[in-house]
Amino acid sequence: MISLHNVSKSYQQHQSILQAVHLVSLNIDKGEIHGVIGASGAGKSTLLRLMNVLETPDEGTVMVNNQTLTTLSNRKLREARRSIGMIFQHFNLVANKTVFDNVAVPLELASYSKKAKVERVKECLEFVGLRDKAHQYPAQLSGGQKQRVAIARALANRPAVLLCDEPTSALDPQTTAGILDVLQTVNKELGVTIVIVSHEMDVVKSICDKVTVMESGEILKTVSIEPQAYVIPKNDPKWFLQQLTEKERNSNA
Amino acid sequence: MPEIILKYQAEIWQSIGETFVMVGISIIAALLIGLPIGTLLYLCRKGQLLENRALYSSLNVFVNIVRSFPFLLLVVFLIPFTRFIVGTAIGTMAATIPLSIMAIAYYSRLVEQALLEVPRGIIESAVSMGASVPEIIFKFLFLEARSGLILGLTTSTISFISYSTVMGIVGGGGVGDFAIRYGYQRFETELMIYMIIIMIFLVQTIQFTGTTIAKKLDKR
Repeated sequence: MISLHNVSKSYQQHQSILQAVHLVSLNIDKGEIHGVIGASGAGKSTLLRLMNVLETPDEGTVMVNNQTLTTLSNRKLREARRSIGMIFQHFNLVANKTVFDNVAVPLELASYSKKAKVERVKECLEFVGLRDKAHQYPAQLSGGQKQRVAIARALANRPAVLLCDEPTSALDPQTTAGILDVLQTVNKELGVTIVIVSHEMDVVKSICDKVTVMESGEILKTVSIEPQAYVIPKNDPKWFLQQLTEKERNSNA
Repeated sequence: MPEIILKYQAEIWQSIGETFVMVGISIIAALLIGLPIGTLLYLCRKGQLLENRALYSSLNVFVNIVRSFPFLLLVVFLIPFTRFIVGTAIGTMAATIPLSIMAIAYYSRLVEQALLEVPRGIIESAVSMGASVPEIIFKFLFLEARSGLILGLTTSTISFISYSTVMGIVGGGGVGDFAIRYGYQRFETELMIYMIIIMIFLVQTIQFTGTTIAKKLDKR
């Protein structure tokens, strides 16, 4: 489904050159949930942005859905991007548009008729469980709800691939569990191939079939894993208090 | 109604009309030319969608040069250009030319600043959806920056009113010119004060309207 071949990307930083991704080759199969994990600066976000050519690679080829994105004309590339959804750590919703209008944007870009658009938006909001929020603005929603809207927006054009850039890193553990649930449903029910970049080991462990570990712009190793349920840490005030006072007692001792 | 106002009623109405013509045309120029120039300034910056050093530098230099002129000198300096466009360098219509040039430079800088407030992530998400540059401008940038664009236009309009008061030098007329000629030069201090009150009222109304609309449109 996604295949990178000898892809490199570097940035000019003041006087020096930063090699963000160096000669990486990677194949991601259809229907997979593929994790990319690594320390900050390991190049995982850049790797994800190379998959829909948000970053143009210095060398190498990027293939998604049997199309070589790196050789497409601008117009064809924009069309190809419509079947590659993307969500972000900070959601990136348009704050001056309602939830409904945010989800409708990709459909307008693909020139849907008004009727088809309304129906599809409702369907997508239903899917993420936010149909009743359609006429609210993003500022009125919680972080988890915003990410659900972003997922609905990314799914509107029925993409084959969903790229997720740190999708839960701005959320608390409870909300994270909810979002991971939605992503899993997207994968199982709609058959969408998902790539998740994260620095949170629990997230990657809980839903990925395969995980690529990155180190300073290169792939250290790609391993197959058995997804384990995401364990929600305790959220009980008494437990918080207990943890805090125990520490204090230890340090007093 | 004070006697002196009744006495000069016709002239006062005419001067208000002249101010509206001068400021109105400047606003139109700011929107039709200043908005696109400001948008280009933003888009041609380093790291933006249409990064273009040469175009950015030339627009930037143009805006800076116009804005560094003391306005009165700009009016005089532009006389040949005004004569070329309007056919004469004297009168209200002629006065709109230097005012519009200043308006374009002034508003384009405020547009650039308003657009810089739009989070980069929004642009990135627009690109990832397959939006073209015009689609990004109209469906994302302007929409997200609309409060800033309106507040900028409000600030500009008030500045244009202030600039328009010196247009007496080329016979442009207007409220400010009337206040100077009748109120100051003919020692009708009372009349001058009434004209200042009219200007204050005008500016307050514009600022209130602009702020209210901007607040109403801001859902961030």
